[in-house]
Amino acid sequence: MTELRILSPTAILGYGFPLSSFQAGLDRDPHVIAVDAGSTDPGPYYLGSGESFTQRSAVKRDLRYLIEAALTRKIPLIIGTAGGSGAKPHVDWNLAIIEELLKELGLSAQIAVIYSDIDRQFLIDELKAGRVQPLGPAGELTEEEIQASANLVAQMGLEPIMQALEDGAEIILAGRAYDPTVFAALPVLQGYDPALALHMGKILECAAIAASPGSGSDCLLGTLAKDHFILETLSPERECTRISVAAHTLYEKSDPYSLPGPGGTLDLHETAFEQLPGGRVKVSGTKFVPTDAYYLKLEGASLIGYRTISIAGVRDPIMISQIDEVIARVKERVADNFQELRDYKLHVHCYGKNGVMGQLEPYPEPAHELGLVIEAVAPTQEIADTICSFARSTMLHYGYPGRKSTAGNLAFPYSPSDVSAGAVYKFNVYHLLQVDDPKSLFPIKMGRSGL
Amino acid sequence: MRYVKDVALVIRSKNAGPYELTFDLMFPNEEIYNEVRSSITKEKIAALYQIAEDQVLSIIHFSPAYAVKITIVRPRPSGDLGETDVYGAQQHTPLFQLTY
Repeated sequence: MTELRILSPTAILGYGFPLSSFQAGLDRDPHVIAVDAGSTDPGPYYLGSGESFTQRSAVKRDLRYLIEAALTRKIPLIIGTAGGSGAKPHVDWNLAIIEELLKELGLSAQIAVIYSDIDRQFLIDELKAGRVQPLGPAGELTEEEIQASANLVAQMGLEPIMQALEDGAEIILAGRAYDPTVFAALPVLQGYDPALALHMGKILECAAIAASPGSGSDCLLGTLAKDHFILETLSPERECTRISVAAHTLYEKSDPYSLPGPGGTLDLHETAFEQLPGGRVKVSGTKFVPTDAYYLKLEGASLIGYRTISIAGVRDPIMISQIDEVIARVKERVADNFQELRDYKLHVHCYGKNGVMGQLEPYPEPAHELGLVIEAVAPTQEIADTICSFARSTMLHYGYPGRKSTAGNLAFPYSPSDVSAGAVYKFNVYHLLQVDDPKSLFPIKMGRSGL
Repeated sequence: MRYVKDVALVIRSKNAGPYELTFDLMFPNEEIYNEVRSSITKEKIAALYQIAEDQVLSIIHFSPAYAVKITIVRPRPSGDLGETDVYGAQQHTPLFQLTY
């Protein structure tokens, strides 16, 4: 054991990579190809609905090269947070793509599929036993919220993926996984320092986003040794700099010195980032501090209704000067007209005023033209359509004080003006679950596929 | 009085999970980082965003990147009703008013 090389082809499976970079990575003879496929960033819809936020054809394009390279070189391919959110529908969606590709490529592989869905009744029992706690600003979890979640997953740690490697998997398709695990599992299995392996994974999971100039669709190579790791790009267009790598440690996290994950926390207080020649960066000194017990992060999303939107512009300065009043009066008129429908939400985004920052906007002075998005969310699509339509027509003809443009208040770019936007979800579980066994909630299904 | 934006390399915002919004300010070198960092306080951030000081969860100085990281409670969980910025990527501009 002198060093272990890990190829991260892209920031998210489906975001793509230049074949020249990927080939340069293969030329370095990597021991594993690993890719993170997920994020909570695109919002709760994808976890709740079971859909992927990446497109099937883009994921298939990436996987074609990854599968072919991994199987012909006899190195493992590990995919984490399949389908973007890692619940069963996402994993099965990704598995179907892999099986299709194996047939097309005329290859076969030993595939380990690791599900990460959490049984609702099990979680209710754990909640009652006091083994669930809120994460940050999320409130206490309730039995009702657990029941309401459309999909409910836990982020797996290293252990289930290491088990799948030990069992001889050539392709590992993991459900929701702590991002660094797909990169760190093989090194930790081979006895490398988990702190360095996980920290390297933390950076590799976003691939060339940690380079300068950054890119979400280019490769990054990590080389792990006994007491350090080295990161480098595989394209002459970009390089790793001390600042680009250290800065990436800040990305999407609240505390760069302390990065919590399953089983413990990465401690970066003594981490050193050192610039090496050739656009490479050496990292050392990171520690792993185990927590008192093993905690898994839970994520759930629940259906809160159906959305309809209407987009319209306003150019009249008299209307713009009293836009808040107009919106308030329109909402009153809608409420008055549909007194039996209390269960809807009507919101008007006001671009050109505070559409981007809402209540955080320090300068809500309107511009010379406004873009309005009238949004109704209701228990059924039909009610949402009704509320949005009525709000739109009311605002179009609303007679505000001092009005001169009596033919209509709104400029619509589209006919039809309203768009039924479908189901709306919210994150309703974001909590920690204490477990005794890091593997028991993540069943591994092993099977041969292809040819 | 000088503006932080005139010496910062990066001023950005992003979700840190669905319940928090995090801001990164990065400086070109140790000298500027040391000159500016202590001027960024919870009080100033709360005033810029018109939020209570206890909604500013942390201000962390990260020397390896010459960076100051500020994290606040999101106005609502990402994607919840009334959302204006699912990724939280365009919430940084009030920081352009920071002075030191």
